Amino acid sequence: MVSIEDYGKYETAWCPGCGNFGILKAIKQALVNLGKEPHEVLIASGIGQSSKLPHYLKCNAFNGLHGRSLPPATGAKVANHELTVLAVTGDGDCYGEGGNHFLHTVRRNPDITMIVHDNQIYGLTKGQASPTSEIGMKTKVQTHGVFNMPLNPLSLAISLDCSFVSRGYAGNIPHLTSLIEKAIQHKGLSLVDVLQPCVSFNKLNTFNWYSERVYEMEDTGYELNDRVKAFERSLEWGDRIPLGVFYVNDKPSFEEHQEVLQSGPLYRNKPEKEKIDPLIDSFI
Amino acid sequence: MNIDLNLKIGGAAGQGLQTTGMTLSKTLKKSGFHVFATQYYLSRVRGGHNTFQIRISDSPVYAMTESVDLLLALDAASIEQHMAEVTDGVVVVDKDVIEVKEDQNSVFHVPMLKIARDVCGDKIYSNSVSLGAVIGLLCLEMSDLETILKLSFRKKGEEIIQKNIAAARAGYDHVKENYPGGCKFAVSEPDQKDDLMLINGNEAVGLGALAAGVQFLAAYPMTPSTGVMTYVAANADRFNVVVEQAEDEIAALNMVLGASFAGARSMTTTSGGGFALMTEALGLASITETPAVIFLCQRPGPATGLPTMTEQGDLQFVLNAAQGEFPRCILAPGTPEECFYLTAEAFNIADRYHIPVFVMSDQYLADSLFTLPRFDASRVEVERHLLTDQELRTKNEEYRRYKITPVGISPRALPGQVGTVVVADSDEHDEFGHINEDPDNRIKMNDKRMKKLEVLREEMPAPKIYGRPDASITLIGWGSTFGPLAEVVDILNEKGRSVNLVHFTHIHPLPAEEARNSLSKAKKTICVENNSTGQFARMLKVDAGIDVTGHVLRYDGKPFSPEFIINALKEKEVI
Repeated sequence: MVSIEDYGKYETAWCPGCGNFGILKAIKQALVNLGKEPHEVLIASGIGQSSKLPHYLKCNAFNGLHGRSLPPATGAKVANHELTVLAVTGDGDCYGEGGNHFLHTVRRNPDITMIVHDNQIYGLTKGQASPTSEIGMKTKVQTHGVFNMPLNPLSLAISLDCSFVSRGYAGNIPHLTSLIEKAIQHKGLSLVDVLQPCVSFNKLNTFNWYSERVYEMEDTGYELNDRVKAFERSLEWGDRIPLGVFYVNDKPSFEEHQEVLQSGPLYRNKPEKEKIDPLIDSFI
Repeated sequence: MNIDLNLKIGGAAGQGLQTTGMTLSKTLKKSGFHVFATQYYLSRVRGGHNTFQIRISDSPVYAMTESVDLLLALDAASIEQHMAEVTDGVVVVDKDVIEVKEDQNSVFHVPMLKIARDVCGDKIYSNSVSLGAVIGLLCLEMSDLETILKLSFRKKGEEIIQKNIAAARAGYDHVKENYPGGCKFAVSEPDQKDDLMLINGNEAVGLGALAAGVQFLAAYPMTPSTGVMTYVAANADRFNVVVEQAEDEIAALNMVLGASFAGARSMTTTSGGGFALMTEALGLASITETPAVIFLCQRPGPATGLPTMTEQGDLQFVLNAAQGEFPRCILAPGTPEECFYLTAEAFNIADRYHIPVFVMSDQYLADSLFTLPRFDASRVEVERHLLTDQELRTKNEEYRRYKITPVGISPRALPGQVGTVVVADSDEHDEFGHINEDPDNRIKMNDKRMKKLEVLREEMPAPKIYGRPDASITLIGWGSTFGPLAEVVDILNEKGRSVNLVHFTHIHPLPAEEARNSLSKAKKTICVENNSTGQFARMLKVDAGIDVTGHVLRYDGKPFSPEFIINALKEKEVI
């Protein structure tokens, strides 16, 4: 049986009290609850404090470039679809630098769980606005306050017909754990946008701020495959902020479209040299 | 060489130039000729003026020449632009369609449209009429053209086949009945019909990748590289390859790295502009030591440049792309044959050294058709250099993906192997792959990576010498210019000059000592390149301390012809 200890214990470079700790804990617990061994799990990440996460638990990891967690995750999943692949990223990483990959990975729908540490600020570069920062938030760069409309990741994902759309909160670890479990179990691309307080740079969206507003949606609030209702729900942001699964759409995954993967993982195929000769002959 | 004829088809995009050119090339190859065909086209789907040029010979030919023996003019621009190239030849034109102002003796009217309508009831058969006319003017028989037409229209059914054959035969008969003497060129089919392939550079790269067992290809389409992607995609199902069209080049190479990290033999295809977007991931390939094959098909830049034309202008860019210092390998094939074998070799080098390996081609090589001896797939070895489960189990220490070794290459395990995990990081990292910013670690890891370059350099073969070893003039070339340069050597030596060619296919890391040896006897060295600054010559200077005597450079978007090089050598008073 796999245990939390199997995922190791590491020193981190995160600030004390950071919301990332809650997310790390929830990911570990979810993997253990699902009985996943460390060698069966691959986490791809980009750049940012969020993206250091794979260094703080024992599993396969590809910590790549800023904004680019999704393409390597997709490549790895297609090469070996027996792996449980997670893409761990941040709001700047995923919705800013990697926005194009976000759009197209949703369209592609690989069986990957995308966990976005959404703290509404740039932490690693010390406190500039992110794509999800609230209008009016003042920073050393946005000296007059943020004017740009914040991106709503859930509405965007639902509009793209993302296969699984959810929101968690780093301050509610049991709820987040169950959300991540559901996301991993879901076949297709799963988005878990996690509200994650940045204790150093975001003085607006603090633990208190979130805790006063978030609430767990009842599972029976509406049918999870109702895209319009899900969209309406995703627009709810203010005094009350819903947590939970917004939308589920069971559609074939990227890997399921690849017939060649039906016989086993791609990387295991042996080159079939005898097929080359007829191909060469076709040029004669 | 007894037979050496140059046929040029000129017309607008959308007029079926490529189909006509391909059919004619295949027919002439079938008749036993050596064929070299090249295209000049503009970046548009319809209109403009394009050409398809076919050279045939009874000896191997690898370059185009400039004088035209037979011009098939399908548009007015063909007459305006290429009439002067036809010195002692024939211009085939449908005067009902194209107005020819000066009635020159060389012009031969073939009423293609009328014949097509009369014989087949539809003007779309006029291209087949022209094919028959060309075969007639060459004094050849119709049988090979008929065979090729049957093959080409196989999928369209018997009626279409028969109509095309009838149209071609009517064109052929028109020549027999109306051309003085019945035909123009006294060409007889070679007796010896070799088992040759007719293939272009891009198809050969795709074939090489399939032979090497490529498993994943992600790319964004970009002229002139796209042919490789489409060739692999067309055969993906049979060869168990996943081909994905990425949202951009950034995603393409990052996907390739993820797939390669997880164990799939992976490649991407692009041109200079697309590669500009990939440079970030190039560094990632190197610091994570993830194998990747990058097919880079050059076209003139900067930015969008001349999208459908040719240049060797990206060498210094590829050599220096991405920040920091790290090893990479550059191979540059000169013929489709080398495209095939070097692409396969690229995968093995990538897998042995865990580095990015480039196969650098260009539009000229990508789109030109060559007749070549059959590729030998049994010469392609697939070397993966992966730790087996057994090897991993018998290790008595924790697995280190970036273990320091004397040659800089660490044993490679894959994610998913029981008993270990594999960690890769774009940050500087320790032997386990975890972030480590310690200065001593940095030096060790940098040295480890760079060491691979020196080990690889030892393996890089010497340049090929074409022609006599002790020539008084040595031409130096790299990549796709092999054909025209080899021909220049033959032409000049035949005229009593003493010329040879030192040609490089293994560009970086440059085998410096072998390069110096190969050029040690050279008296006068002229580096010939399709760029304006002599990028390879600069590399020779920096990497091997070799100073060349002079340069011949071309950067108007067109490939070298032997005539161009010989004229330039005359102008520079080298000959």
